[in-house]
Amino acid sequence: MKNKFVKLLSLPYVFWSIGFIIIPLLMVFYYGLTDKSGRLTLSNVLNIALPVHFKSLIIALLLSFVSTVICLLLSYPLAMILANVKSKSKGLMILIFVLPMWMNFLLRTLAWQTLLENEGVINTVLQFLHLPVLKIINTPYAIIFGMIYNFLPFMVLPIYNVLCKIDNNLLNAARDLGANEIQTFFKVTLPLSVPGIISGITMVFVPALTTFVISDLLGGSKILLIGNVIEQEFTLNSNWHLGSGLSIVLMIFIIISMITTAIFDKDGEGSAL
Amino acid sequence: MSNKLINLENISKSYDNHLVLDEMNLYIRENEFVTLLGPSGCGKTTTLRIIGGFETPDTGKVIFDGKDITKLPAYKRQLNTVFQKYALFTHMNIAENIAFGLKIKNKSKSYIDDKIKYALKLVNLEGYENRMPDSLSGGQQQRIAIARAIVNEPKVLLLDEPLGALDLKLRQDMQYELIRLKNELGITFIYVTHDQEEALTMSDTIVVMNQGYIQQIGTPEMIYNEPENAFVADFIGDSNIIDSIMVRDELVEILGAKFACVDKGFGENVHVDVVIRPEDIELVKPEEGTIHGEVTHIIFKGVHYEMEVMANGFEWLVHSTKMYPVGEKVGIKVDPFNIQIMNKPASEDEEAVQVEE
Repeated sequence: MKNKFVKLLSLPYVFWSIGFIIIPLLMVFYYGLTDKSGRLTLSNVLNIALPVHFKSLIIALLLSFVSTVICLLLSYPLAMILANVKSKSKGLMILIFVLPMWMNFLLRTLAWQTLLENEGVINTVLQFLHLPVLKIINTPYAIIFGMIYNFLPFMVLPIYNVLCKIDNNLLNAARDLGANEIQTFFKVTLPLSVPGIISGITMVFVPALTTFVISDLLGGSKILLIGNVIEQEFTLNSNWHLGSGLSIVLMIFIIISMITTAIFDKDGEGSAL
Repeated sequence: MSNKLINLENISKSYDNHLVLDEMNLYIRENEFVTLLGPSGCGKTTTLRIIGGFETPDTGKVIFDGKDITKLPAYKRQLNTVFQKYALFTHMNIAENIAFGLKIKNKSKSYIDDKIKYALKLVNLEGYENRMPDSLSGGQQQRIAIARAIVNEPKVLLLDEPLGALDLKLRQDMQYELIRLKNELGITFIYVTHDQEEALTMSDTIVVMNQGYIQQIGTPEMIYNEPENAFVADFIGDSNIIDSIMVRDELVEILGAKFACVDKGFGENVHVDVVIRPEDIELVKPEEGTIHGEVTHIIFKGVHYEMEVMANGFEWLVHSTKMYPVGEKVGIKVDPFNIQIMNKPASEDEEAVQVEE
């Protein structure tokens, strides 16, 4: 009786995942593996080997890799500070870091465009102060900057979560056994926070790899990431077959990072939010 | 006995304006099994953490082996701690856990391997080297925590309620294990607990604490038989604590009746607290007792019957192997040397607080 009721409750989610996850996924595979006349082909997928596509994939991998590394380097100390704050303002501090996420992603990125432009807010101020201006907009640096800005909370939160869960007595035990602060960090804190790090890396790397908005707005149309290429195939060129084929290639990279997460984060410890 | 290994001088500590330890003085001898005993919040764990180096006292000094170590960080102290919830490193196997301290000290691999074998043998867990902590029971994890501490050959082992999370039978077994370990290792144990039975079983010396003050220091026998105040009497075992008047030397008036006792030097007609252990009360025929009353409750406890006798307006707790049914009129008799006279607490701070059961 109870079992049936529980099953009934899950129905909306079943329909949801069929309608919005499974069917679209199947359609991507259908388009990606067929040509315009409906014949089965691998040419769309293999199209990634074309220099122009391959280059955009490599750039996307490179930029998202660099952003992920910088995010990690920025986030770890930040998460440690947040996890060790004992005052009552802890909640507020975390809120401040999460707050930008409540604003529209497009708006935030547009705001950075306005700030970073050659004649933008930052350069106007710099010029006023007779300082050298920044020539950063429409360069890979601006894209990396945008990625870091947008995805940093996704790195901070899972690391913060695992750090909070580490029993303080474990750290005391390490000190008790003769480990100084640095040894305690590398032998206890860091290994125990690996699930959070892996989860954070995935949560930054995957959206960074697939983004086309950040590269569009901050990179001009000069730097094409694989996300941009796919977007253009769907919108400008109306070539759904090629777009889907390239999406399948991208999916492989995402699946690889998902599997890595699953291996390191068996207990779901690092899952954020 | 041997010399003082640890000396706490005028230690005070407060958290958020709440005084946890007040001007505490305590010394601990070499090879002693010392238990800090008291209810939660009495300052016993804080004392242990100050000795271990995890807390810094607001005032006072910690002297270890003649040296002031008050400011020395935990990792430089020659003592090791067994934590309440074991605190084993979950990302390391048992051998790596035990080797942690030795690896940091850069000991050779063969030395470490020998030590691991020796320690596992000592705690009766041979062959567990490659197991992960999560796969062990609570009792086994606790033994590993002890093994991890003792391989470093500390002069003092600090134990913070190490048996608190274990079930009763295991706890009793571990008590004997700890006594055996202490004798084999020949080092000082400082043990924190709120369990009076644990304290009585294992300790050479018990330090009874309450509200940041030491209430009494002594051997288990002294603490049990001659509690210095009502708090100690109430905390250690069952007792009848009665407001009484010391008429003169060797005579005390309890609830209007005069009892002979052996204490002297309290003065004449002084208000005192009297402690009588329930097993020291003899139930006799009403006319033979010093006072008499009626049995109101009876519970069979296995070894003895626990009875309550209403006499002169006080519920006397009595343990006896002889059964008296509810409603029976009985007399109460107490041997003079079983009446323990204590001064009333001088200040409010020493006032006995309600003990949580």
